[in-house]
Amino acid sequence: MTSVYELMDYAEVIERFDPVLGLEVHVELHTNTKMFCGCANVFGGEPNTQVCPTCLGMPGALPTLNGKAVESAIRIGLALNCEIAEWCRFARKNYFYPDMPKNFQTSQYDEPIAFNGFLDVTLDDGSLFRVEIERAHMEEDTGKSLHVGGSDGRIHGAEHSLLDYNRAGVPLIEIVTKPIEGTGERAPEVARAYVTALRDLLKALDVSDVRMDQGSLRCDANVSLMAKDATEFGTRTETKNVNSLRSVERAVRFEMTRQAAILVAGGKITQETRHFDESTGSTSPGRTKETAEDYRYFPEPDLTPIAPSREWVEELRGTLPELPWERRKRVQDEWSLTDAELRDLVNAGAVDLVAATVDAGATPAEARSWWVAYLTKEANNRGVELSELAITPAQIATVIGLVNSGELTNKLAREVVTGVLEGEGEPEAVIEARGLKVVSDDSALEKAVDEALAAQPDVAAKIRDGKVAAAGAIVGAVMKATKGQADAKRVRELIIARCS
Amino acid sequence: MPSISRDEVAHLARLARLAVTDDELDLFAGQLDVILQSVATVGDIATADIPPTSHAVPLTNVFREDVVRPSLGQQQALAGAPAAEDGRFRVPRILGEEA
Repeated sequence: MTSVYELMDYAEVIERFDPVLGLEVHVELHTNTKMFCGCANVFGGEPNTQVCPTCLGMPGALPTLNGKAVESAIRIGLALNCEIAEWCRFARKNYFYPDMPKNFQTSQYDEPIAFNGFLDVTLDDGSLFRVEIERAHMEEDTGKSLHVGGSDGRIHGAEHSLLDYNRAGVPLIEIVTKPIEGTGERAPEVARAYVTALRDLLKALDVSDVRMDQGSLRCDANVSLMAKDATEFGTRTETKNVNSLRSVERAVRFEMTRQAAILVAGGKITQETRHFDESTGSTSPGRTKETAEDYRYFPEPDLTPIAPSREWVEELRGTLPELPWERRKRVQDEWSLTDAELRDLVNAGAVDLVAATVDAGATPAEARSWWVAYLTKEANNRGVELSELAITPAQIATVIGLVNSGELTNKLAREVVTGVLEGEGEPEAVIEARGLKVVSDDSALEKAVDEALAAQPDVAAKIRDGKVAAAGAIVGAVMKATKGQADAKRVRELIIARCS
Repeated sequence: MPSISRDEVAHLARLARLAVTDDELDLFAGQLDVILQSVATVGDIATADIPPTSHAVPLTNVFREDVVRPSLGQQQALAGAPAAEDGRFRVPRILGEEA
């Protein structure tokens, strides 16, 4: 499907404009319970089974703040090099929308728990780009709507909507960057690298599932363009529904080329929310507001202010795990990686996977060879992230072990891995079901060797004359006869023994 | 000069999804003005060293343990709903806005 929009060639966009980005990331915390009530915070439950008077907004129900969520918010703030507020409050953001049963969202307004931080992100070439963080604040997620009767599940044309409030009240942290300038042509790459770095950081902190496909990590991308001689930011659009790392990059790039085409044609950018379409890689206008937003924020009277003592903040700082960039530095030293090898490892998103494979018994070189060289290709072919492949580090370590013990050849090992990726079960089960065991039974191999020697008597004669190099032809024949399941080294030994 | 205009009352009524007639707008604008003027007298004694009060009781950091408590069942949750379908609350179509 082609876009209905005029787009400018990307190189020309960069020649004429400077992009400015602002990224808002919402992350669902994986606490046991919701932000303001004791309902379970679990993804995928039967609709409206994790709800109570508080998260349904029943009259008189009062919120009680989840201490663990506050703790996670502070830890996220610290990991993002933010200052932590000495005193802050929640506020009510008032608006009517069916996915919000209370008719207001309990959020933080002008008093975020964390502010003024930064995150250094690694770009594809290994260089660092510093993204400044404006704020990280606490709020609650909304319910989920299902639009019925529309052609594509979207709201346009829907006859009515169905609401599931299991997600209403799930703790959310919204992380907002300051305007990101100076990226030039790398704007789409910086956007992706930032969300990737943030995801890795949140994962290391163990505060969220960070599953973009399940919505536990969501990114809204604000994009605007400044003409080269301009002194003020251009009008921005905010693109939502950007549900994968790749989509972040595509959405930013698309908006840049779309906006540039409008601007050079003398048009104006409409400040609006746009919706990213994965299938076309384009954005389309989303929510249109009849009136300007007027949320009438006011301090939430039912929740007390939060005043984290400096002792508590320092105690939480002490709980920060090794952060991704520290970890990268360490694995480079421990595994003796060159800068290029480290970059490949990081770009493949394989640091944790390789580390876990090493923990499961493989050497770093073996683990890297599988994850970076082989499985990255598999992930690309399947259009998924490396970490989304249906194989675990422990399973890869098992396969590596079987290769080392001679029970699998490299070729068979790849077949086993394919089987696991196809959902055929554990490596052992795949070997069994596909009959992939190396033929190590000498009598079976000897039989195949004898047959091959008998079939090629001239070659056999050469080997008997001491021309050992000729054995290759026999090895090939045996491998063919055993469908590649023989250990070539052992076959060669048997041939030489037979002919001496 | 009144501290709240008729237009502002109309705007607030719209935000609150309240249907207010023209006559009511005049009536409420007048009444709200009296209330706001009365409340504004607090401003006469508030000085720079008195911070605005949002909470009457000086408490901070009241937290709940992150322990799951029983939820309502689906049936109970939907019991008061004007309409339900497939275990979900059913609402009329949402016009002109994008979820």
